[in-house]
Amino acid sequence: MRATVDQIWGWLDQVPDPEIPVISIVDLGIVRGVSWKGETLEIAVTPTYSGCPATSIINFDIEAALRAKGIEMIVLKRQLSPAWTTDWLSDKGRNQLLAYGIAPPNPAGGPQACPQCGSSHLSRVSQFGSTPCKAHWRCDDCLEPFDYFKCI
Amino acid sequence: MLDQAKTDAALYEFVLRMGDNTLILGHRISEWCGVAPVLEEDIALANTALDLIGQTQMWLGLAAEIAGDGKTADELAFLRDVWDFRNLLLVERPNGDFGHTILRQFLFDVFHKLQLTDLAQSPDPRIAEIAAKAVKEVSYHLERSRDTVIALGDGTVESHARMQAALDLLWPYVGEMFSSDPVSQTVGLAGFATNPTNFRAAWDADVLPSLEQASLNVPTSIFAHKGGKTGAQHTEHLGHLLATMQWLQRAYPGASW
Repeated sequence: MRATVDQIWGWLDQVPDPEIPVISIVDLGIVRGVSWKGETLEIAVTPTYSGCPATSIINFDIEAALRAKGIEMIVLKRQLSPAWTTDWLSDKGRNQLLAYGIAPPNPAGGPQACPQCGSSHLSRVSQFGSTPCKAHWRCDDCLEPFDYFKCI
Repeated sequence: MLDQAKTDAALYEFVLRMGDNTLILGHRISEWCGVAPVLEEDIALANTALDLIGQTQMWLGLAAEIAGDGKTADELAFLRDVWDFRNLLLVERPNGDFGHTILRQFLFDVFHKLQLTDLAQSPDPRIAEIAAKAVKEVSYHLERSRDTVIALGDGTVESHARMQAALDLLWPYVGEMFSSDPVSQTVGLAGFATNPTNFRAAWDADVLPSLEQASLNVPTSIFAHKGGKTGAQHTEHLGHLLATMQWLQRAYPGASW
Protein backbone atom coordinates (compact mmCIF):
# COMPACT_ATOMS: atom_id res chain seq x y z
CA MET A 1 0.00 0.00 0.00
CA ARG A 2 1.23 3.44 -0.94
CA ALA A 3 2.05 5.92 1.84
CA THR A 4 -0.18 8.97 2.00
CA VAL A 5 1.15 12.47 1.44
CA ASP A 6 0.47 13.29 5.11
CA GLN A 7 2.50 10.29 6.24
CA ILE A 8 5.38 11.40 4.04
CA TRP A 9 5.29 14.92 5.49
CA GLY A 10 5.50 13.29 8.91
CA TRP A 11 8.56 11.28 7.86
CA LEU A 12 10.24 14.35 6.39
CA ASP A 13 9.64 16.15 9.68
CA GLN A 14 11.99 13.55 11.21
CA VAL A 15 14.86 14.57 8.88
CA PRO A 16 17.10 17.05 10.70
CA ASP A 17 18.80 20.00 9.04
CA PRO A 18 22.43 18.81 8.69
CA GLU A 19 23.92 22.04 10.03
CA ILE A 20 21.32 22.89 12.67
CA PRO A 21 20.20 19.42 13.73
CA VAL A 22 17.69 20.69 16.30
CA ILE A 23 15.23 21.62 13.58
CA SER A 24 13.77 19.48 10.85
CA ILE A 25 13.84 20.36 7.18
CA VAL A 26 10.05 20.76 7.36
CA ASP A 27 10.36 23.27 10.21
CA LEU A 28 13.01 25.08 8.22
CA GLY A 29 10.40 25.50 5.50
CA ILE A 30 12.46 24.19 2.60
CA VAL A 31 10.18 21.30 1.63
CA ARG A 32 7.80 22.93 -0.84
CA GLY A 33 5.79 20.04 -2.12
CA VAL A 34 5.12 16.34 -1.76
CA SER A 35 3.12 14.60 -4.45
CA TRP A 36 2.70 11.29 -6.17
CA LYS A 37 3.17 11.28 -9.95
CA GLY A 38 1.99 7.79 -10.78
CA GLU A 39 4.33 5.45 -8.90
CA THR A 40 6.98 8.14 -8.45
CA LEU A 41 7.14 10.37 -5.39
CA GLU A 42 8.05 13.93 -6.23
CA ILE A 43 9.55 16.16 -3.54
CA ALA A 44 10.15 19.87 -4.23
CA VAL A 45 12.94 21.42 -2.18
CA THR A 46 14.00 25.05 -2.17
CA PRO A 47 17.50 26.18 -1.17
CA THR A 48 17.90 28.61 1.74
CA TYR A 49 21.03 30.31 0.37
CA SER A 50 21.96 29.47 -3.20
CA GLY A 51 25.47 28.33 -2.29
CA CYS A 52 24.56 26.54 0.92
CA PRO A 53 26.69 23.39 0.97
CA ALA A 54 24.05 21.63 3.06
CA THR A 55 21.69 21.52 0.07
CA SER A 56 23.17 18.39 -1.47
CA ILE A 57 23.35 16.69 1.93
CA ILE A 58 19.70 17.55 2.56
CA ASN A 59 18.73 15.92 -0.74
CA PHE A 60 20.74 12.86 0.17
CA ASP A 61 19.13 12.69 3.64
CA ILE A 62 15.62 12.99 2.20
CA GLU A 63 16.25 10.20 -0.23
CA ALA A 64 17.78 7.97 2.46
CA ALA A 65 14.88 8.60 4.87
CA LEU A 66 12.25 7.76 2.26
CA ARG A 67 14.08 4.67 1.01
CA ALA A 68 14.21 3.45 4.60
CA LYS A 69 10.39 3.64 4.54
CA GLY A 70 10.30 1.49 1.43
CA ILE A 71 9.77 4.16 -1.23
CA GLU A 72 11.80 3.27 -4.30
CA MET A 73 11.01 5.86 -6.95
CA ILE A 74 11.85 9.33 -5.74
CA VAL A 75 12.42 12.49 -7.74
CA LEU A 76 13.84 15.55 -5.99
CA LYS A 77 13.11 18.82 -7.71
CA ARG A 78 14.80 22.13 -7.00
CA GLN A 79 12.19 24.85 -6.74
CA LEU A 80 13.56 28.39 -6.76
CA SER A 81 10.38 30.40 -6.86
CA PRO A 82 8.96 31.85 -4.69
CA ALA A 83 12.37 32.31 -3.08
CA TRP A 84 12.72 30.95 0.43
CA THR A 85 12.29 33.49 3.17
CA THR A 86 12.73 33.17 6.90
CA ASP A 87 8.93 33.52 7.20
CA TRP A 88 8.81 29.88 6.16
CA LEU A 89 10.34 28.80 9.45
CA SER A 90 7.66 27.22 11.63
CA ASP A 91 6.95 28.47 15.15
CA LYS A 92 8.12 25.13 16.45
CA GLY A 93 11.36 25.60 14.51
CA ARG A 94 11.85 29.13 15.90
CA ASN A 95 11.46 27.90 19.47
CA GLN A 96 13.86 25.04 18.86
CA LEU A 97 16.46 27.44 17.45
CA LEU A 98 16.18 29.66 20.50
CA ALA A 99 16.50 26.72 22.90
CA TYR A 100 19.62 25.65 20.97
CA GLY A 101 21.20 29.10 21.43
CA ILE A 102 20.49 30.57 17.99
CA ALA A 103 18.42 33.75 17.93
CA PRO A 104 15.54 33.28 15.46
CA PRO A 105 15.06 35.72 12.57
CA ASN A 106 13.32 38.96 13.36
CA PRO A 107 11.84 41.35 10.77
CA ALA A 108 13.43 44.30 12.60
CA GLY A 109 16.73 43.10 11.15
CA GLY A 110 18.45 41.90 14.30
CA PRO A 111 17.87 39.51 17.18
CA GLN A 112 15.24 40.41 19.74
CA ALA A 113 17.11 39.10 22.77
CA CYS A 114 20.21 37.21 23.79
CA PRO A 115 19.39 33.48 23.62
CA GLN A 116 21.43 32.93 26.80
CA CYS A 117 20.32 35.66 29.23
CA GLY A 118 17.42 37.36 27.44
CA SER A 119 19.04 40.82 27.47
CA SER A 120 18.24 43.23 24.67
CA HIS A 121 21.62 45.00 24.82
CA LEU A 122 23.18 43.46 21.76
CA SER A 123 25.88 44.31 19.24
CA ARG A 124 26.42 42.94 15.78
CA VAL A 125 29.88 41.52 15.23
CA SER A 126 29.40 40.66 11.55
CA GLN A 127 26.65 40.25 8.95
CA PHE A 128 28.15 36.82 8.31
CA GLY A 129 28.51 33.88 10.66
CA SER A 130 29.29 30.21 10.85
CA THR A 131 26.91 29.26 8.01
CA PRO A 132 25.43 31.28 5.13
CA CYS A 133 22.11 31.67 6.95
CA LYS A 134 23.52 33.19 10.12
CA ALA A 135 25.06 36.42 11.36
CA HIS A 136 27.39 36.84 14.30
CA TRP A 137 26.18 38.85 17.33
CA ARG A 138 27.25 39.44 20.91
CA CYS A 139 25.37 40.15 24.12
CA ASP A 140 26.62 43.30 25.85
CA ASP A 141 25.35 42.10 29.25
CA CYS A 142 26.42 38.46 29.58
CA LEU A 143 29.10 39.00 26.89
CA GLU A 144 28.32 35.69 25.19
CA PRO A 145 28.69 35.60 21.42
CA PHE A 146 25.80 33.97 19.59
CA ASP A 147 24.48 33.14 16.14
CA TYR A 148 21.51 35.01 14.72
CA PHE A 149 19.49 33.37 11.98
CA LYS A 150 19.28 36.28 9.60
CA CYS A 151 16.20 37.39 7.74
CA ILE A 152 16.06 37.03 4.01
CA MET B 1 10.20 41.51 -35.10
CA LEU B 2 13.41 40.21 -33.62
CA ASP B 3 15.11 37.22 -35.05
CA GLN B 4 14.56 34.41 -32.50
CA ALA B 5 17.95 32.76 -33.07
CA LYS B 6 19.70 36.10 -32.62
CA THR B 7 17.78 36.77 -29.39
CA ASP B 8 18.60 33.31 -28.02
CA ALA B 9 22.28 33.75 -28.85
CA ALA B 10 22.35 37.14 -27.10
CA LEU B 11 20.46 35.76 -24.12
CA TYR B 12 23.01 32.95 -23.80
CA GLU B 13 25.86 35.47 -23.84
CA PHE B 14 24.06 37.63 -21.30
CA VAL B 15 23.47 34.75 -18.89
CA LEU B 16 27.11 33.69 -19.29
CA ARG B 17 28.13 37.21 -18.26
CA MET B 18 26.03 36.91 -15.11
CA GLY B 19 27.47 33.49 -14.26
CA ASP B 20 31.05 34.35 -15.16
CA ASN B 21 31.02 37.48 -12.99
CA THR B 22 29.86 35.48 -9.99
CA LEU B 23 32.18 32.56 -10.73
CA ILE B 24 35.34 34.61 -11.17
CA LEU B 25 34.67 36.99 -8.28
CA GLY B 26 33.58 34.08 -6.10
CA HIS B 27 36.82 32.29 -6.87
CA ARG B 28 38.90 35.42 -6.29
CA ILE B 29 37.53 36.13 -2.86
CA SER B 30 37.72 32.46 -1.88
CA GLU B 31 41.50 32.96 -2.17
CA TRP B 32 41.25 34.87 1.12
CA CYS B 33 39.88 31.85 2.94
CA GLY B 34 42.19 31.14 5.88
CA VAL B 35 44.41 34.19 5.32
CA ALA B 36 42.13 37.23 5.80
CA PRO B 37 43.32 39.85 8.31
CA VAL B 38 40.78 38.94 11.00
CA LEU B 39 38.52 35.95 11.56
CA GLU B 40 35.27 37.88 10.96
CA GLU B 41 36.48 39.07 7.57
CA ASP B 42 37.66 35.61 6.68
CA ILE B 43 34.21 34.22 7.42
CA ALA B 44 32.43 37.09 5.69
CA LEU B 45 34.44 36.70 2.48
CA ALA B 46 34.10 32.92 2.50
CA ASN B 47 30.32 33.26 2.91
CA THR B 48 30.16 35.83 0.13
CA ALA B 49 32.19 33.51 -2.11
CA LEU B 50 29.81 30.67 -1.30
CA ASP B 51 26.78 32.76 -2.27
CA LEU B 52 28.44 33.80 -5.52
CA ILE B 53 29.39 30.23 -6.45
CA GLY B 54 25.82 29.14 -5.65
CA GLN B 55 24.50 31.85 -7.95
CA THR B 56 26.99 30.67 -10.59
CA GLN B 57 25.47 27.19 -10.52
CA MET B 58 22.07 28.70 -11.30
CA TRP B 59 23.27 31.09 -14.02
CA LEU B 60 25.56 28.65 -15.78
CA GLY B 61 22.87 25.97 -15.41
CA LEU B 62 20.50 28.30 -17.24
CA ALA B 63 23.15 29.11 -19.87
CA ALA B 64 23.59 25.39 -20.49
CA GLU B 65 19.83 24.99 -20.77
CA ILE B 66 19.57 27.83 -23.30
CA ALA B 67 22.47 26.45 -25.36
CA GLY B 68 20.79 23.03 -25.32
CA ASP B 69 23.92 21.29 -26.57
CA GLY B 70 24.18 18.83 -23.69
CA LYS B 71 26.87 20.79 -21.82
CA THR B 72 26.51 21.21 -18.06
CA ALA B 73 27.19 24.14 -15.73
CA ASP B 74 30.32 22.31 -14.53
CA GLU B 75 31.64 21.97 -18.07
CA LEU B 76 31.09 25.66 -18.68
CA ALA B 77 32.93 26.54 -15.49
CA PHE B 78 35.84 24.15 -15.76
CA LEU B 79 36.41 23.45 -19.44
CA ARG B 80 36.27 26.84 -21.14
CA ASP B 81 39.43 28.79 -21.81
CA VAL B 82 40.12 32.49 -21.24
CA TRP B 83 38.67 33.78 -24.52
CA ASP B 84 35.32 32.11 -23.83
CA PHE B 85 34.81 33.84 -20.48
CA ARG B 86 32.46 36.82 -20.34
CA ASN B 87 33.16 38.33 -16.93
CA LEU B 88 34.06 41.98 -16.27
CA LEU B 89 37.76 42.78 -16.11
CA LEU B 90 37.13 44.25 -12.63
CA VAL B 91 36.35 40.88 -11.08
CA GLU B 92 39.32 39.00 -12.53
CA ARG B 93 41.85 41.45 -11.09
CA PRO B 94 44.15 39.94 -8.47
CA ASN B 95 43.04 40.57 -4.89
CA GLY B 96 45.89 42.91 -3.95
CA ASP B 97 45.70 43.89 -0.30
CA PHE B 98 42.53 43.52 1.74
CA GLY B 99 41.51 47.13 1.06
CA HIS B 100 41.76 46.54 -2.68
CA THR B 101 39.64 43.38 -2.37
CA ILE B 102 36.88 45.02 -0.34
CA LEU B 103 36.76 48.13 -2.51
CA ARG B 104 36.43 46.00 -5.65
CA GLN B 105 33.66 44.13 -3.85
CA PHE B 106 31.84 47.36 -3.03
CA LEU B 107 32.09 48.76 -6.58
CA PHE B 108 30.73 45.48 -7.95
CA ASP B 109 28.11 44.85 -5.22
CA VAL B 110 26.32 48.13 -5.94
CA PHE B 111 26.19 47.32 -9.64
CA HIS B 112 25.23 43.71 -8.98
CA LYS B 113 22.33 44.72 -6.76
CA LEU B 114 20.98 47.20 -9.33
CA GLN B 115 21.26 44.57 -12.03
CA LEU B 116 19.59 41.80 -10.02
CA THR B 117 16.79 44.09 -8.83
CA ASP B 118 16.07 44.81 -12.49
CA LEU B 119 16.33 41.17 -13.54
CA ALA B 120 13.95 40.03 -10.80
CA GLN B 121 11.28 41.78 -12.94
CA SER B 122 12.38 40.07 -16.15
CA PRO B 123 9.54 38.54 -18.18
CA ASP B 124 11.65 35.40 -18.50
CA PRO B 125 10.71 33.50 -15.31
CA ARG B 126 13.97 31.52 -15.34
CA ILE B 127 15.96 34.75 -15.10
CA ALA B 128 13.55 36.41 -12.67
CA GLU B 129 13.61 33.57 -10.13
CA ILE B 130 17.40 33.36 -10.03
CA ALA B 131 17.68 37.14 -9.65
CA ALA B 132 15.00 37.27 -6.93
CA LYS B 133 16.96 34.68 -4.96
CA ALA B 134 20.38 36.24 -5.53
CA VAL B 135 19.43 39.83 -4.75
CA LYS B 136 18.61 38.94 -1.14
CA GLU B 137 22.11 37.55 -0.67
CA VAL B 138 23.78 40.46 -2.47
CA SER B 139 22.07 42.94 -0.12
CA TYR B 140 24.14 41.43 2.69
CA HIS B 141 27.33 41.51 0.60
CA LEU B 142 26.77 45.19 -0.06
CA GLU B 143 26.01 46.08 3.54
CA ARG B 144 29.32 44.51 4.57
CA SER B 145 31.48 45.90 1.77
CA ARG B 146 30.11 49.42 2.16
CA ASP B 147 30.63 49.50 5.94
CA THR B 148 34.16 48.20 5.56
CA VAL B 149 35.11 50.61 2.76
CA ILE B 150 33.91 53.54 4.89
CA ALA B 151 35.67 52.26 8.01
CA LEU B 152 38.99 51.75 6.22
CA GLY B 153 38.85 54.86 4.02
CA ASP B 154 38.03 57.02 7.02
CA GLY B 155 40.36 55.03 9.26
CA THR B 156 44.07 55.36 9.96
CA VAL B 157 46.62 57.16 7.76
CA GLU B 158 47.79 53.76 6.56
CA SER B 159 44.33 52.35 5.80
CA HIS B 160 43.24 55.58 4.10
CA ALA B 161 46.32 55.60 1.86
CA ARG B 162 45.72 51.98 0.86
CA MET B 163 42.06 52.59 0.07
CA GLN B 164 42.89 55.67 -2.02
CA ALA B 165 45.52 53.69 -3.93
CA ALA B 166 42.96 50.93 -4.50
CA LEU B 167 40.37 53.40 -5.79
CA ASP B 168 42.89 55.00 -8.17
CA LEU B 169 43.82 51.57 -9.49
CA LEU B 170 40.27 50.19 -9.80
CA TRP B 171 38.48 53.25 -11.14
CA PRO B 172 39.39 52.56 -14.81
CA TYR B 173 37.62 49.20 -14.45
CA VAL B 174 34.31 50.75 -13.39
CA GLY B 175 33.19 51.92 -16.85
CA GLU B 176 32.97 48.44 -18.34
CA MET B 177 30.04 47.56 -16.06
CA PHE B 178 27.91 50.16 -17.84
CA SER B 179 29.14 49.70 -21.40
CA SER B 180 26.62 48.76 -24.03
CA ASP B 181 27.26 46.38 -26.90
CA PRO B 182 25.20 44.31 -29.37
CA VAL B 183 24.47 41.66 -26.71
CA SER B 184 23.09 44.09 -24.15
CA GLN B 185 21.19 45.93 -26.88
CA THR B 186 19.55 42.77 -28.19
CA VAL B 187 18.67 41.52 -24.71
CA GLY B 188 17.38 45.01 -23.87
CA LEU B 189 15.23 45.26 -27.00
CA ALA B 190 13.77 41.84 -26.32
CA GLY B 191 12.81 43.15 -22.87
CA PHE B 192 14.80 40.61 -20.83
CA ALA B 193 17.11 43.06 -19.10
CA THR B 194 17.69 46.80 -18.91
CA ASN B 195 20.71 48.07 -20.82
CA PRO B 196 23.47 48.57 -18.22
CA THR B 197 24.15 52.16 -19.33
CA ASN B 198 20.89 52.98 -17.56
CA PHE B 199 22.32 51.88 -14.20
CA ARG B 200 25.13 54.46 -14.16
CA ALA B 201 23.18 57.31 -12.58
CA ALA B 202 21.78 55.12 -9.79
CA TRP B 203 25.22 53.60 -9.21
CA ASP B 204 26.84 57.04 -8.92
CA ALA B 205 24.07 58.19 -6.58
CA ASP B 206 24.75 55.23 -4.31
CA VAL B 207 28.54 54.91 -4.55
CA LEU B 208 29.78 58.50 -4.57
CA PRO B 209 28.31 59.57 -1.18
CA SER B 210 29.80 56.45 0.45
CA LEU B 211 33.22 57.18 -1.06
CA GLU B 212 32.93 60.73 0.24
CA GLN B 213 32.04 59.39 3.66
CA ALA B 214 35.12 57.21 3.36
CA SER B 215 37.05 60.47 2.67
CA LEU B 216 38.28 59.11 -0.65
CA ASN B 217 38.88 61.24 -3.74
CA VAL B 218 37.15 59.93 -6.81
CA PRO B 219 39.45 60.01 -9.85
CA THR B 220 38.29 62.36 -12.59
CA SER B 221 39.35 60.25 -15.57
CA ILE B 222 36.53 58.52 -17.43
CA PHE B 223 38.87 56.14 -19.24
CA ALA B 224 37.56 52.57 -19.07
CA HIS B 225 39.33 49.30 -19.77
CA LYS B 226 37.04 47.03 -21.75
CA GLY B 227 37.03 43.59 -23.31
CA GLY B 228 36.07 41.34 -20.41
CA LYS B 229 32.35 40.92 -20.89
CA THR B 230 32.70 40.68 -24.67
CA GLY B 231 35.61 38.27 -24.26
CA ALA B 232 37.65 40.37 -26.71
CA GLN B 233 40.52 41.13 -24.36
CA HIS B 234 40.83 39.69 -20.88
CA THR B 235 43.76 40.66 -18.68
CA GLU B 236 46.66 38.25 -18.26
CA HIS B 237 45.36 37.52 -14.76
CA LEU B 238 42.38 35.43 -15.87
CA GLY B 239 44.55 32.67 -17.34
CA HIS B 240 46.41 32.30 -14.06
CA LEU B 241 43.14 32.16 -12.14
CA LEU B 242 41.75 29.48 -14.47
CA ALA B 243 44.96 27.46 -14.19
CA THR B 244 44.27 27.12 -10.47
CA MET B 245 40.49 26.83 -10.61
CA GLN B 246 40.34 24.34 -13.48
CA TRP B 247 43.42 22.31 -12.64
CA LEU B 248 41.64 19.26 -11.27
CA GLN B 249 39.25 18.84 -14.21
CA ARG B 250 42.07 19.45 -16.68
CA ALA B 251 44.42 16.96 -15.01
CA TYR B 252 41.75 14.35 -14.25
CA PRO B 253 38.95 14.85 -16.79
CA GLY B 254 35.53 13.89 -15.46
CA ALA B 255 36.74 13.47 -11.87
CA SER B 256 33.93 13.73 -9.32
CA TRP B 257 33.51 13.33 -5.56
